[in-house]
Amino acid sequence: MIPAAFDYVRAGSAAEAISLIGQHGSDAKFLAGGHSLLPLMKLRLAQPSVLVDIGRVKDLSYIKDAGDHIAIGALTRHMDVEKSSVLAQHAPLLAHAAGHVGDPQVRHRGTIGGSIAHADPASDLPATTLALGATYVVQGPKGTREIKASDFYVGFLESALAPDEMLTEIRVPKMNGAGWSFQKFNRRAQDWAIVGVAAWRRNGDSGVALVNMGQTPVLASSVSGALKSGASIADAAELAVAEASPSADNNASVEYRTHLAKVLVRRALEQASA
Amino acid sequence: MQIRVTVNGVEHVSDVEPRTLLVQYVREALGLTGTNVGCDTSSCGACSLHVDGEAVKSCTLLAVQADGAKVTTIEGLAGKDGSLHPMQKAFMENHGLQCGYCTPGMVMAATSLLKEIPNPTEEDVRIGLEGNLCRCTGYHNIVKAVLACAGK
Repeated sequence: MIPAAFDYVRAGSAAEAISLIGQHGSDAKFLAGGHSLLPLMKLRLAQPSVLVDIGRVKDLSYIKDAGDHIAIGALTRHMDVEKSSVLAQHAPLLAHAAGHVGDPQVRHRGTIGGSIAHADPASDLPATTLALGATYVVQGPKGTREIKASDFYVGFLESALAPDEMLTEIRVPKMNGAGWSFQKFNRRAQDWAIVGVAAWRRNGDSGVALVNMGQTPVLASSVSGALKSGASIADAAELAVAEASPSADNNASVEYRTHLAKVLVRRALEQASA
Repeated sequence: MQIRVTVNGVEHVSDVEPRTLLVQYVREALGLTGTNVGCDTSSCGACSLHVDGEAVKSCTLLAVQADGAKVTTIEGLAGKDGSLHPMQKAFMENHGLQCGYCTPGMVMAATSLLKEIPNPTEEDVRIGLEGNLCRCTGYHNIVKAVLACAGK
């Protein structure tokens, strides 16, 4: 399968990329690693007339200790997130989850920013950064703004990004000392999760987010609320789907997903509490 | 658009349509048909080759994205005198293939894996090859071959 024809332009910086996307209108798309966009284009589910290649904007590939949080450049590849010693120390849940995206070949090309901007509820990193209470920095023609992960995902493959805005940085709070767990249930190692759970606990606080349990990644606030007021893990896990709206597909019915989410949330909380 | 790509040590300057996939470029423009197209949806790994030393799925990469890069395909692994790469030898000696369709991709993924983990456990190899499917279900001997190549 070959994508439909498009014009290709290359940006050398974030500012140039935003200017190019502005010139070419809403039919233009950013191309980073291409591992979400190109499959859609091959299937004609996306047919942009222009691709603005940002894959060579090297100064957006970094992982930095920024005091109370870790700052990750949007063009940092999954493989570099997975192997980061800074993240291993301060936010190991994110490094671990990045190691579960696709397979090594995909992780050599795919980027954390691309995955988040694509806003696929079945992807690992949108839900994981949501659980971690991340903030996304986006740049547009009028400057930069910050969007909380909890405000970012507005619908299926739909985010709060304006068409002329580009995600430039992901800020993840430091989680030193937190227990954590990433549960991914699938049939083949490289596949998307049928259901996934990213969770952390520290003192009375916790964050739990669900993969592939609705139109967007889902923050399971009811679970955290119950834990905060002293509920047992088993009781809290029963609330796993309070915020979710799963749908059925080839892999799972709604009932199956609902059951799986409760089981995986329980397992995640047990592991995060151990 | 004009691209300049070094493939198996030879520099090529080519005019390509932006929508040309890297696998299409190496197979059709350069005639290097050792890289196979299997699923064409970045699942099976048959199209794996190296870009700047790392395995990627060339059905999900545009040729223009590889502009300026060093690409190695299965044809580039063997010595100039035709002597097999140690990984190719290990696949042969351990019966790491049946029909052979997944083999070029397996070998390219495996050589990339050993660069990252030179001394892998069996589990490292199985996880490291998660992006490559074998319909003959020959995984057992493939894993044996990779471990043999790593000196185990």
